Amino acid sequence: MSRIWKFGSDVDTDQIVPGRYAPYMRPNEDVGTAAFIEAHPEFNRQAKPGDLILANNNFGCGSSREYAPLALKRRQIKAILATSFARIFYRNAINLGIPLFVVPGLYDQVDDGVEADLDVAAATLTVDGSRFELPQLPEFAQSIISAGGIVNYVREHGSFPGEKSRMAVPQ
Amino acid sequence: MNEPRHGQTLSEQIFSRKLGRPVAAGELVVVEPDVAMGHDSLTPGIIKIMREELGISRVAYPEQIVLVMDHVAPASTVGTANAQAYIREFAKEQGIRLFDIGRGICHQVLVEEGIAAPGKIVIGSDSHSTSYGAVSAFGCGMGSTDIALCWGTGKTWFRVPQSLRIEVSGSFNIGVDAKDLALWLCRQLTIDGANYQAIEYHGLDNLPLYERQTLCSMAIELGAKAGLFPTPSYVGAPGPGLLKIDHDAKYARTFTVELNQLEPQVAIPHSVDDVVDLSAVAGEPIDVVFLGTCTNGRAEDIAKAANIIQGRQLKTRMIVSPASSRELQRSLADGTLQTLLSAGATITTPGCGPCMGRHQGTLADNERCLSTGNRNFRGRMGSPESKIYLASPAVAAATALTGVISDPRLVGVSGNQIDQPFEVENEYV
Repeated sequence: MSRIWKFGSDVDTDQIVPGRYAPYMRPNEDVGTAAFIEAHPEFNRQAKPGDLILANNNFGCGSSREYAPLALKRRQIKAILATSFARIFYRNAINLGIPLFVVPGLYDQVDDGVEADLDVAAATLTVDGSRFELPQLPEFAQSIISAGGIVNYVREHGSFPGEKSRMAVPQ
Repeated sequence: MNEPRHGQTLSEQIFSRKLGRPVAAGELVVVEPDVAMGHDSLTPGIIKIMREELGISRVAYPEQIVLVMDHVAPASTVGTANAQAYIREFAKEQGIRLFDIGRGICHQVLVEEGIAAPGKIVIGSDSHSTSYGAVSAFGCGMGSTDIALCWGTGKTWFRVPQSLRIEVSGSFNIGVDAKDLALWLCRQLTIDGANYQAIEYHGLDNLPLYERQTLCSMAIELGAKAGLFPTPSYVGAPGPGLLKIDHDAKYARTFTVELNQLEPQVAIPHSVDDVVDLSAVAGEPIDVVFLGTCTNGRAEDIAKAANIIQGRQLKTRMIVSPASSRELQRSLADGTLQTLLSAGATITTPGCGPCMGRHQGTLADNERCLSTGNRNFRGRMGSPESKIYLASPAVAAATALTGVISDPRLVGVSGNQIDQPFEVENEYV
């Protein structure tokens, strides 16, 4: 079971990891320790591996800093479910192999702090006996996430999803 | 190349030329970007991903890559100094162009150097890479892994975006400029109003380059993937091609703005789309004014502020960060800096300045800053208890003079002085 951490709309990457806590500024610290350090101290202290984030619209807007989704990956957040994602965060999270679900309508049906059971492969979420079918991402995005991220994908396939020619990448 | 069945957006034009076949919004394509930029804040991590995760020791095309030291410039800690030394060594070893500390903000330097030019595809490890649309380049921000893959393989993938057309008519009132328009667009379209889309700015044929840069840098604040102008006549830098508006192109949405209706705008804490007419917040106290960033750090922006301040003393601290060494020299040559220094302003090294709260003016608890930058997220410039208001250089100047958020038209200067025509000797050729 996973605890659901609920966030509102337009959570920007400065909230997820403030620029002052970037690996550039703290080269000897795990960036995971900075996840929501100022915007949600309770999450920062108590989020456990396997927990879930449920957000409303435009999660991850603002800066292109990949260390924002990386911090959540380091904390072993199992998946992020949102009404919608900001473009760069969406791409960064998929590149890092973090399961994402774009789920319009779910936000208002699930409370903060509840325990839930997410089956990533089956794309189902069970909360208090209610079962939600989650829409899947486009196929190319799923294939990147299943590979564990774009680096693994490219190393395995020698190409980007949908690309015909092969690249000079060590297999 | 086959003729497309209907007209093309500026983005479709760029990707079609790059691929040598007509492509339309929605297609997934793999391309070799013309430029892949990295800055000091993220480049050490990008190098690490390329070397350690991808297992690639040499970049595919050194000439595709540009490195700029702007985020913490000069270094403020041992950690940032070590990171910068690592970047310098990497650039030397791989034969990559590096613009070191003091040269300026990546988005300004790439335009000045003609590296970002009409028709090019420019990706950068920075969300404000949308700025390159000011010179009709497809500028797009990406994360470290995408940039590392591009450095290692020469390639990246895109979904060719749909486009949102901003159709502008009329002319700016005195004391109102492109920053107010950028904030107005945030107010009307909201922070995700152009998510996944490219924005095109139509009807601004006479807008000077520095104001185009202001608008395009803030395309990302609407969530946009790129923000593009058709190629202005004064941009003569070499590039794959000049862009013209194709009136048969298909747009996902058109949003119209009548400039004469526009008043000075202010984004209030803590969201860039929480924007009000200046009159709604006039009189609110401000501790420090920040003039600079990729949005408003050009010599013209600095001159606009100096014209209003001229001969008077500031009531707040004022930090001025020119966007580049060239903009600093331009501001020095015409006496603008002297005007600001005499009034009590502080001038920093060209670069990002205090925009990310890391150095050169980090905000204290409960401090209130009025910035010409592009983001006012909580804690962005320092303490999470501080507050950031965003506005134009003219509003910044008026506010620094009075100590409270002020309308530049009401601080004892003539309209001519506010909007004094500034000689643009600034053709990036």
